[in-house]
Amino acid sequence: MTRATLVRANLGRHKRRTILTVLGLGIALFLFVTLQTFLHTLRSIGDIGSETHLVVTNKLGIVFPLPMAYRARLQAMEGVESVGYASWFGGIYQDPSNFFANFAVDPEYLAMYPEIVVSPEHREAFMADRTGAIVGVRLMERFGWQVGQTVTLQGTIYPGNHDFTIRGVYSAGRKGFDETSLFFHHRYLEEIARNQGMDGVVGWYVLKVTDPNQAAAIAQAVDEAYENSASPTRAQTEKAFNLSFIGMYGNIGFFLNAIGMAVVFAILMVSANTMAMSARERFSEIAVLKTLGFTDGDVLRIVVAEAAWIVGLGLALGLGGAVLLFNVMDFDMGGFAPGLSVSPGVALGAFGIGLLIATASAAIPAMQAARLKVTDALRYVA
Amino acid sequence: MPLVEVRDVRKVYRRDTVEVPVLDGLNLDIEQGEFLALMGPSGSGKSTLLNLLAGLDSPTSGSIRVGGEEISSMKPKRLAAWRARHVGFVFQMYNLIPVLTALQNVELPLLLTPLNKKQRREHAETALRIVGLEERMHHFPRQLSGGQEQRVAIARAIVTDPTLILADEPTGDLDAKSAEEILDLLGRLNAEYGKTIVMVTHDPHAAERAGRTLHLEKGVLVGDGARPVAAGAGAVSGAGAGAGAAGGEEGAR
Repeated sequence: MTRATLVRANLGRHKRRTILTVLGLGIALFLFVTLQTFLHTLRSIGDIGSETHLVVTNKLGIVFPLPMAYRARLQAMEGVESVGYASWFGGIYQDPSNFFANFAVDPEYLAMYPEIVVSPEHREAFMADRTGAIVGVRLMERFGWQVGQTVTLQGTIYPGNHDFTIRGVYSAGRKGFDETSLFFHHRYLEEIARNQGMDGVVGWYVLKVTDPNQAAAIAQAVDEAYENSASPTRAQTEKAFNLSFIGMYGNIGFFLNAIGMAVVFAILMVSANTMAMSARERFSEIAVLKTLGFTDGDVLRIVVAEAAWIVGLGLALGLGGAVLLFNVMDFDMGGFAPGLSVSPGVALGAFGIGLLIATASAAIPAMQAARLKVTDALRYVA
Repeated sequence: MPLVEVRDVRKVYRRDTVEVPVLDGLNLDIEQGEFLALMGPSGSGKSTLLNLLAGLDSPTSGSIRVGGEEISSMKPKRLAAWRARHVGFVFQMYNLIPVLTALQNVELPLLLTPLNKKQRREHAETALRIVGLEERMHHFPRQLSGGQEQRVAIARAIVTDPTLILADEPTGDLDAKSAEEILDLLGRLNAEYGKTIVMVTHDPHAAERAGRTLHLEKGVLVGDGARPVAAGAGAVSGAGAGAGAAGGEEGAR
């Protein structure tokens, strides 16, 4: 028998209430950590973009293509080391719920991204096959695909069923980089597009510049060069391009933070109510403890310890669950949010929120218990 | 020198703007090893006096000395420590902690002593053996009869070998047979272990077990039926229950 025994025994007094409170706290903290992790990952997308890469899209938006004829002129511009291009294919594998990103790319594009790690054998096999594809390792696992297998994608932009042969598997050369995409030859897309009268265009260009300090000037030069053309451009660093994607979500940071805070506030109220009820029900027992010689401080510590246990268990459930799901099991919301990982900062934030809930919910009942006048409480019981 | 000296004690409760006097200039001496019964009608001040002796409340004026220590002017923290060392309290409604076993309930006051876990357990087992409940030590209060619960409460009161055992109507909620057992137990603690006991009761039969009976009416002592003080030798610690506990030496006086 120790003081901890007393605290644990008190927590077991109303098992259902304790379990429900812990579950409620756990779910709320899990939600908070998930929202913050999503937000953190989204913000880190901006950090992923390279300063030496310029992305050139149609000024009207990424869904509008650019002429393939731009490539030669872009390549000739001063300060441009190489030019790659890619197009969004938008193919569906068997069912729209099996969504994953699939792009047509030229060889130069793949060469620009050392993060896309492919073995020399796979790269060679891919280059040799007109309908070949390179697939991310997690996408391979998701559908149980094998190298050499033919995969049929149903076109949404380019109608019909289109076959691709998996010739290589890529993995991410850096943590957080996507491993769930499919890349195939742009020349194969051109064949498909030619049959449908949509050839001669690309989705976007990526320019590798020799000096990142010149990136802004080159971007300006590109936009000025095509300002009065039928397809004006918008050139920006890859970082800015990625951030503009985030911008498409609107002020998502504000909304996610607001939801997270609302959840925390709600659970704080629930937790405070539970602690208050628990302490109030035991005023007579607290009076007995004081009669035995427990001080106001002893009683206060017991009530706070109970709150700490409840919040600690909720934190273990919520934060532990999120870490297990995202950091250990690499859960990516069905490919929607790859690379989610609970950062130390988010974990520390959740710990702080837990501490706040424990302190705030225990403060009033602990003070009431500490200030309880023994004779009044005993008279009430008797 | 008496163990307990109460001098000119007044206790006035304030209800809004109205002052209600409960004890009015009370003087009382209680000797070491005495078994004292406090009787009187409801509202006469019996429980108030008991609470003052336990240091659970403080007098409006006057002085209370127990074992030579003035408790009426002690700060709350020091008073709590004093209570843990010197007072064993037995309630009418037993007031055991329902989520703890009998053994754990008895161990509870020992958490405030420097004893280690093993020693605490040994002392609690000894106290339960003294009250005849060693077979029920792992039972929860709900698994015990009223009489057994009160015996656990008495074990909790004696486990620290206190100077003073204060019992507030300890048989008030029990049937006749259980009440008799509790009175026998209190009598044995007084006679065999020399414990000083102050018991509040409404029951004249229970009061007969005490060596001395005091009657309180409207906060004033109106009668003092004294019999010889029990000549009990050795404290509970002598039987091993409170040895090493903080209050051991005082209890043995």
